[in-house]
Amino acid sequence: MGVWNTIAKRVGYGLLLLVAVLILNFVLISIAPGDIADTIAGDMGGADAEVMAEIRTRYGLDQPFYVQLWRYLSGVVMFDLGHSYFFNTPVTTLILEKLPATLLLVFSAQILAVIVGTLLGVMAAKKPNGPLSLTVTFLSLFGFAAPVFWTGILLIILFVSIFPVFPVAGMVDVTVEGGFFVQALDVLHHLTLPMITLASIFLALYSRLARASMLEVLGADYVRTARAKGVPERVVLYKHALRNALGPVVTVAGLQFSAVISGAVVVEAVFSWPGLGTLALQSILARDTPTIMGILFFSSFVVIIVNILTDIALRLIDPRIKSG
Amino acid sequence: MAEDPLLSVKDIVVDFKTRYGNARVLDHVTLDVNSGEILGIVGESGCGKSMTALSIMGLVPNPPGKVTSGSIKIDGMELVGMDVDRLRQIRGKDIGMIFQEPMTSLNPVFTVGEQIAESVRLHENARPKAAMDRAVEMLAAVEIPEAETRAKAYPHQLSGGMRQRVMIAMALACRPKVLIADEPTTALDATVQAQIFDLLQDLQEETGTAIILITHDMGAIAELADTVAVMYAGRVVEKGTVDAVLSAPQHPYTKGLITCVPHLEPDPPVERHELMEIPGVVPALTELGKGCAFAPRCGEAIEKCSGEKPRLLATGDAHVTACWVAQQERAQ
Ligand SMILES: Nc1ncnc2c1ncn2[C@@H]1O[C@H](COP(=O)(O)OP(=O)(O)OP(=O)(O)O)[C@@H](O)[C@H]1O
Ligand SMILES: [Mg+2]
Repeated sequence: MGVWNTIAKRVGYGLLLLVAVLILNFVLISIAPGDIADTIAGDMGGADAEVMAEIRTRYGLDQPFYVQLWRYLSGVVMFDLGHSYFFNTPVTTLILEKLPATLLLVFSAQILAVIVGTLLGVMAAKKPNGPLSLTVTFLSLFGFAAPVFWTGILLIILFVSIFPVFPVAGMVDVTVEGGFFVQALDVLHHLTLPMITLASIFLALYSRLARASMLEVLGADYVRTARAKGVPERVVLYKHALRNALGPVVTVAGLQFSAVISGAVVVEAVFSWPGLGTLALQSILARDTPTIMGILFFSSFVVIIVNILTDIALRLIDPRIKSG
Repeated sequence: MAEDPLLSVKDIVVDFKTRYGNARVLDHVTLDVNSGEILGIVGESGCGKSMTALSIMGLVPNPPGKVTSGSIKIDGMELVGMDVDRLRQIRGKDIGMIFQEPMTSLNPVFTVGEQIAESVRLHENARPKAAMDRAVEMLAAVEIPEAETRAKAYPHQLSGGMRQRVMIAMALACRPKVLIADEPTTALDATVQAQIFDLLQDLQEETGTAIILITHDMGAIAELADTVAVMYAGRVVEKGTVDAVLSAPQHPYTKGLITCVPHLEPDPPVERHELMEIPGVVPALTELGKGCAFAPRCGEAIEKCSGEKPRLLATGDAHVTACWVAQQERAQ
């Protein structure tokens, strides 16, 4: 029950944080010069004061600031994030359409990076001066140094011209026909390269972290105790040591989640992945503020949820973390 | 001795590669433990007590350490150079070990019951339920109240004394032939220390497990042990029955250790060279000369002491000492 209390508290904080994010976004956008009316007028090739006023009334821009804010917030409660004038669609519909593609990319890349990174780290820690350990160190330096778009473009070059086994753009092949399973495979096929590109940066980070954390834990007295009990070395590594070494990796993975989302924006652009990143780019270029704010809101929402999940995971891993 | 000892450690040499050169951490250590007996090992910090224990367990950290030569036999079975998988089956099954630091020797993320049960599952192929039952039984045997509830506790929820009891329960869960207790009470309060020693003695009487008791506590040796080995700078310098060694210590180092403990004064008292405390410090193992390692600190040293290392030779019934002076006196 202590756990449930903590979760309830975290959810509460999360909600407050979301409201703060919403207000902050709203304020930032409103103090930026120009408003929707200017943009629309610009698109129309100029408009006189009368038309401008009419547009402002239509979008509620003639109301005092706090009324606008209140309207926006009460809309959000009903999942109404406003109307995109650029796409001429409700923002919520627009985002929900693109969200699954981004979530798929972001979560698969993050999970891949955490799992493979941790395994590499564990294997490297087994022989701190062995070749694999050196590889991990090298890989992490490389991962830190290489920008995402560069890795992505290299992969594209590699897979377009040398091994054309993975598609390098889009999410589905419209010529593929078949049931759900076939379609899903097609999506996975398209997902491979963007996922690897996005995972690569974080994989480097997590493997280095897991290696360091494992090296520390492997020197602990309880590891010696496990060996003294006759526990096989593999179990010593993956049960006794890894469970203790996982904390830092999970913590950092949680903190890095927002960075993974930012990385996804670039990766989506490189691989034409039809997700929120692509939508964000389009709406920024079009100065489509309701959509930009909606995307910011949704990504904050996902980050907050992931933080709560991280907290729960840490508690499951280590019983010493007390509620509160 | 008619029958073969249960555990026999013979001429074990352990070397550590260090930045300052090779450190001979154990230098021809020889020890025997008979079944049902308690062997005490005493000596100053750094003299190689823990390393002796770890070499028996096959757990000398490698690298940098290495068992260079020697033999360790349990029930006639050679452990040095044994295949790791076979050795693993002996660890925790035939030889149990408890460590100096109860606060950190238990894994913080598993319940204590699970940690004891794991041993039983591993060595006796027990089903999880049966293994857990044994764990609870063992917790009760080490006098932990409400064993059933405590089995579900995590280490951080228990006191230091409780944790050491858990360690003892874990080490004894598979009814080992030998239990190595490496300074089991050093980290605990005085009252808890006495309880743990009592517990070890009771368990020893009940189960007949042989115990190697490593300690700084000469009083505990006098009370519990049958035989005692005194170590200095990686060597056994004196060894024999507790009665013989404590009542008539031969090595100046042993005399020093005993006079450090007021109520253990031998009878008749050995002459006191100014000491209630042994002057000087243990020399660095990388800098040992060719003579007796204790010579620089020894009040009785003669010329021979710094020239050649003394070997362990009989200086009484069931009593051997590695000291030129003691051996000379004996010869006269
Ligand atoms: N990893 C290592 N590298 C080099 N030397 C080591 C290493 N581990 C231990 N030693 C040395 O081995 C010697 C014996 O250590 P050991 O732990 O057996 O001493 P001890 O008698 O158990 O001491 P204490 O009473 O402090 O537990 C010490 O001099 C120590 O410096
Ligand atoms: Mg020690």
